[in-house]
Order: sequence, then structure tokens, then C-alpha cells
Amino acid sequence: MSDEDMDRIDRNRRHFLTVATAVTGLAGAGLVAIPFLSSLKPSARAQALGAPVEVPIDSLAPGEMVRVLWRGKLVFILRRTDDMLSRLGENDSNLRDPNSDVAEQQPDYCANETRSVRPAYLVVEGACTHLGCAPLEDFELRPADNWNGGFFCPCHGSKFDLAGRVFKGVPAPTNLRIPPYRFVRDDLILIGQDTGAA
Amino acid sequence: MARIEAEVGKPKGGFMKWIDDRFPFTSTMKYHATEYYASKNFNFWYVFGVLAMVVLVIQLVTGIFLTMNYKPSADEAFASVEYIMRDVEWGWLIRYMHSTGASFFFIVVYLHMFRAMLYGSYKKPRELIWIIGMLIFFVLMAEAFAGYLLPWGQMSYWGAQVIISLFGAIPGIGDAIVEFIRGDYSISDITLNRFFALHVIALPLALIGLVFVHIVALHEVGSNNPDGIEIKEHKGPDGVPLDGVAFHPYHTSKDLVAIIIFLMVFSSVVFFAPEMGGYFLEHANFEPANLRATPEHIAPVWYFTPFYAILRAVPDKLWGFILFGLSVLLPAALPWLDRSRVKSIRYRGWMYRTALALFVVSFLGLGWLGTQPADGAYVIAARIFSVVYFAFFLLMPYYTAVDKTRPVPDRVVYHG
Repeated sequence: MSDEDMDRIDRNRRHFLTVATAVTGLAGAGLVAIPFLSSLKPSARAQALGAPVEVPIDSLAPGEMVRVLWRGKLVFILRRTDDMLSRLGENDSNLRDPNSDVAEQQPDYCANETRSVRPAYLVVEGACTHLGCAPLEDFELRPADNWNGGFFCPCHGSKFDLAGRVFKGVPAPTNLRIPPYRFVRDDLILIGQDTGAA
Repeated sequence: MARIEAEVGKPKGGFMKWIDDRFPFTSTMKYHATEYYASKNFNFWYVFGVLAMVVLVIQLVTGIFLTMNYKPSADEAFASVEYIMRDVEWGWLIRYMHSTGASFFFIVVYLHMFRAMLYGSYKKPRELIWIIGMLIFFVLMAEAFAGYLLPWGQMSYWGAQVIISLFGAIPGIGDAIVEFIRGDYSISDITLNRFFALHVIALPLALIGLVFVHIVALHEVGSNNPDGIEIKEHKGPDGVPLDGVAFHPYHTSKDLVAIIIFLMVFSSVVFFAPEMGGYFLEHANFEPANLRATPEHIAPVWYFTPFYAILRAVPDKLWGFILFGLSVLLPAALPWLDRSRVKSIRYRGWMYRTALALFVVSFLGLGWLGTQPADGAYVIAARIFSVVYFAFFLLMPYYTAVDKTRPVPDRVVYHG
């Protein structure tokens, strides 16, 4: 190529073509990435398996708890005794969010004193809000430790009261999450669906 | 004599010439082995790079054979591992080699990294080798984490639950990221399947690619040495560094001794202590995953415990995640944190020596604490060690700059 030829090269046009090609290529690569990334989201089957589950509670005596799975997540159903309920307010000053102000942690209809639809029944996800371990139940009364019964996470020591409300000074940032649920009958709870209202 | 020299210098004919005309075989061998000159004063700290390659090969070969019998499904995974252990001929050996290999990978890599800290191997002009090495370390951590879910035992499940939940601490998008990683509303068959894909295809490919780049970068710059001097600055008339000896056969024969000793130790563990008292294979993992109950005492495998102890030492979810992430990432900044004029610890002052000793103590201390329950005194100890750990890195620009260094010799020296 002679010098004369070099002079005739339109560098602006070359630069434009280079940038245009690169931008078009990147846009194409970005679009192609969508199906691959979307394939990593919960599939239709996973969503279907996440359907609501019915739990009969007719045999649940006061003070008893059952563990069920909904969407592969652990859910506790505790039938609280009158004594348990009457002590719920005593520890409010030691709790991080006693009034359930963090909206994502429960459906609106459970943002009440007992965090439940019917005060006797606590329906709560058994996943510590710190790192997801399953808390253990500890319903013993130990007034000396300000412990009126509740849940204790074995992994990193987070503590929750009998409404799943988190204590101060533990690694878990928020109250245990309440799943959407409703009473189909007096003795049957449907977890995962609330048809809007309880 | 002259005839022999002429003979050696003569271009080859025959098969090798046919190959070399089509593929740079001989020149590549020369560049990377027979004419790659590394310092003649390497000590035992310099065997861990080669040993890491040996473990990588062990993991790749045993992994391929395990894949032939393993089933990546929540219903079958645990049973298929037991099947390998009991019914597949020599399956127990292949599986124990793989599980022991995972721990040895980290032992060797940690020592390899410590060598770089002793002799300033990350300093200019080897910053990029260090960065690539850190990338290898990150991929290795992901590889080990994904692999640990595969047996679908109690620790597999709940360990993954804890580590994946960590990402939920990111404000705003945390929950979405967690769901994206799991591909489900909880850790499930779907999660297991994708971790299998990552563990056997994606991450090993990345690992091999990075190891290749790591070595190419090393051979471009040349290896550091215990004196931390550049041997290329003193070359003989033949252009060969005066303090260098060819990687092959001199360093390879030395490395062979290290490999044999390594394999003796490795085999002893495989045959006599594959569980290593619950540190290499955790006892809770001999129970299939139970979604209804977390094991009483949950701890990651030993190689993650220093970082895990830092996570637990912080009584706040978001800050725990941030400090945990920083503790893993910070070593990558070493080339720029270290302001010392000398590379090797041999010529550094008391400040860096003390700092490095404290760092080792805090790293080992955190590692031990990470295996213990998070109770009172343990948490306080973990907090103290965490402060020391971070201070080592964050104060480094200061203490390495003011530290009194000794003059570095021109040529390598032998001590004792």
C-alpha cells in the first residue's frame, strides 16, 4: 500500500464501523444471554410444586407444634396456650421489631400483636432470617433470662419469641417470616394461599 | 567436539521436524521447561505450585470416575454415594481420594499463597500472576462449595442453605439473587442439578484455563526466589541468568521428590484417616439431608472456617456478609498494599515479620474458632482475631513503608 493509499483511508468511517460492529455484537450477545439466564429461574414445574399445601390441625393440642413443608421450606404450626399468649407482650422492649413494622415479613393481616390470623395458631416459616437454618423450639419458661419460650437458632444463636419476633442483639435482622395462609375450616389450614383476605 | 556442536545445532529432520513444522512443540518445550530458568536457591516452599497441579490432576481423574456412578438428583444422590462406597469395585478408594484431595488442594494452595507472602512474590512485576492466582482461589472455593452439596447429606444441605442465604443480605435484590442461585424457593433437586453442572463442567474448565494463564504469566516474568531478587538482571554471555538453572531437568527432579513425599502423606490419609476426625468429611454428612431439622452444630469444612468465623463474629447480617466478603477479597490487593522496597522477608524489618506472624496466628485461630460453637468467649476471641486479620491488610501500606529493611544482595545467597 502506497502512502497515497494511506492518505485516502477515512479513519472516521473506520472508527464508526468498528464501534457500530462492536455495539451491535454486544447487543446481540446480551440478547442471547437472556434465554440462558432465564433458564436458571424457578421452572414451571418448580412453580407448580410450590402450590399451596393443606394441613389438618384437628389433632394439634395446645402447646403442640407440627413441622410441614411448603415449597420445600419448613413451616411451623404452633397452637399457643392461653398462658403463652398472655405473656407475649412482656418482652416487647427486648425485641427489635415488636410491632411487625417490616412489611415483607408477614402478610398485612398478620401484622398484629400475635402475628396470626387466629391468635391461638402461629404459622411461621422455620427459616432463621439470618442464614436460613431451622430454629429449634424452646418453650420452657426461664424468667431469670427474660425467656418466655420461643425459638432458638442453633447456627448462630438468634432468638425469637412465640410470635416469631426477633430479639435484639442477635445476628438475625428481622422477625421470622409468616407465609400467606388461611383457614379453610376450623380444623384445616391452607398454607401458600390467602385469596387476598383471611 | 566441533562436530558434536555442529550436530546439536543442526535443524532436526524426521518425525520431530515434521511435527515442529506444523506445531511449535520443541520451541514450547524449551520455552517452558528445558530453557526456562528458575533460581537455583529454591527452598521447600517452592514445591507447592507443582503439588497443586498434582492435586488438580487427582481431582480431575477421580472426579470423572465418580461421575460415572453418581446420580445428581435429590432422591438418589445420597444413595448413589453409598453405592459408590459399597458396591462399586474400588469405589471407596476413588471417592476417598476425591474427598481427601479437596482438603489437600486447600492445604497446598494456602501454603503456596503463604510462600508468596514470605518472599513478596506478588510484588512488581508479578502482580498479575498474583491476581490470576486469587481468581484460581475464588474458583476453587466455588468448586469446593458446589461439590460439597452433591452427597446430599445433612451438612451438604444446611451448609449450602447458610452460604446461599448470605447473598440474601444484599439490600433490595438479595432475595431475588438467592432464588436465582437456587432456581427454586428452597434448596432442592433443581439446585443440586445445577451445582452438579457447575462442579463437573463449568468451574473445572475455568480452573484449568486460569491455571494455564497463571503459568504463562509466570514464565513471561520469571519465578521469584527466597532472596526476592531478579535473576534476569545478571545474565551470562549466553543470555542465561547466572543464578538460574533450567526448570527441566533440575527443578523437575527436585519436584519429583516433593511429589513422592506428598503422595505418601496423601495415601496415609486416604487409607487411614479419610474423615480426619470429622474435619475432612463431617460426621453430620453421613445422614441424608433432612429439610425439617438443622444439625445441632453446623460448621463448614475446615478450609472455609477462617472466613466463616469472621462472618459469625459480626452480630449483624449485612455487615457480617460485607466483612466475610472483604476477608476473602482483600488478599488480592496485596501487591498494592505492600509498599516495602524489598520483596523477601529475609531483608525486611521486624514490623513485617511481626505482622505476618500475627496474621498467621489470627488465620489459624479463626480457622479453629470456625469449627467451634459460636458461644461467649469463642465469639470474643473471633472478634479479636478478625481485627488482627483486617489490620494486617489495612495497616500494611503504613508498616511496610516505615519498616527498616536490610540491603538486598545482587546475587542469590545460601543461608546455613
